[in-house]
Amino acid sequence: MNPGMVIPVPVLLSLLAAFALTIVPLPGAIATARPEWVLLVLVYWGMAFPRRVGILVAFLAGLFLDVLQHQLLGQNALALAAAMFIVLQIYPRMRVYPLWQQAVVVAFLVGLTRFLNIWIQGATGFPPGNNLYWLPVLTSALLWPVVYHILRDARRRWLLHLT
Amino acid sequence: MVLIALALMALDHRFYQLQTLRSVLATVAYPLQLAVDAPIRVGSRILDSFSRHEQLVLENRLLRSDLMELRARQLRFDALQAENDRLRALLHTSAQATERVEIAKLLAVDLDPFRQQIVINKGRLDGVYAGQPLINADGVIGQILTPNWTSSTALLISDPGHALPVIVARTGLRALAVGSGNPRRLNLRHVPPQEDIEEGDLLLTSGLGGRFPPDYPVARIVSVEHLPGQPFLVIAAEPLAALDRSREALLLWTDAPAPQPEAEERPDGRE
Repeated sequence: MNPGMVIPVPVLLSLLAAFALTIVPLPGAIATARPEWVLLVLVYWGMAFPRRVGILVAFLAGLFLDVLQHQLLGQNALALAAAMFIVLQIYPRMRVYPLWQQAVVVAFLVGLTRFLNIWIQGATGFPPGNNLYWLPVLTSALLWPVVYHILRDARRRWLLHLT
Repeated sequence: MVLIALALMALDHRFYQLQTLRSVLATVAYPLQLAVDAPIRVGSRILDSFSRHEQLVLENRLLRSDLMELRARQLRFDALQAENDRLRALLHTSAQATERVEIAKLLAVDLDPFRQQIVINKGRLDGVYAGQPLINADGVIGQILTPNWTSSTALLISDPGHALPVIVARTGLRALAVGSGNPRRLNLRHVPPQEDIEEGDLLLTSGLGGRFPPDYPVARIVSVEHLPGQPFLVIAAEPLAALDRSREALLLWTDAPAPQPEAEERPDGRE
């Protein structure tokens, strides 16, 4: 890996924070509405540094998420890698979208990962038989502006020199 | 990448080889889980330290009287155990397995909200093995799904993929208690309508699956329904242990023969 492609420390820290937020215990009623933090963070960094944070990073993050949530190894890895692939295709356009339009794209991406997940869970025997399963699509999109502003500020403060 | 992911999933689903990879990654994940758990634990400890002096004295007195009572019962229990062993020896049946327990703390981390799983702070270093029963003071909680080095993931009896062989304490009727995804509800499957079973009956582990030792309390039956046209009764039971509220669990070691390799497969498979 040449020095121009190293993943900056703030990116790793934000991913770590996303993992922590993913397993923080929430009261039962809102636990199902937990947004897909890891995906949100990955989408932002994929948009900002498409040559550093790519499919491989998404895949590894997904693998870690699988272990953290004790799901089938590779399930989230596949979903996040697929989402990241789409981000890498459309990032020039996403950068100039207004925030709400980005949120729509994010909702679509979360929906895609949830769909891939439920598909795999169905194939291996334990699909969550509940429509609340799709709630994170909404909450992730609603929280996208917050994540966007936090990460953009972080990028402007520490990573302005990078592409 | 897609192929790698599919291959990983297939391997993980069908075989047991990826345990080491999972263990390594889980060991990396453990500090993160501890970091999430720590502030919550500290918070509850601070709340504890603010509880009032009289309250503590009262609680202490209650606990002391409880302890006395339990000690007294334990005295008789030892004598009964000895007598039981003697009688069993006379009858030439195998002695009951002796058991060892150890307290494990539950880490305050959430896993997939649609599966009923928990993380405990004991791992393979403490001798935890896959399929090990997990109980608390009220009844059976679940079993170990994957032991890692310093932590383990356990499957609760209320997970939809968990089935527990039980008997009804009053009649000795055997049944299968299947999780429902709701921590307050278990379903009893395949009980024909002519069986004698009613509300309030206590369910014990039967020991038939080979994982759980017999005669541990599991649940109490809350409703028995007979829907005309259905071949079996619709029976709901409520677990005695508060699955969604306990902070501690007891790991159980029995000196029963180790489970056969066939039984070592994925513990979440239905039997």
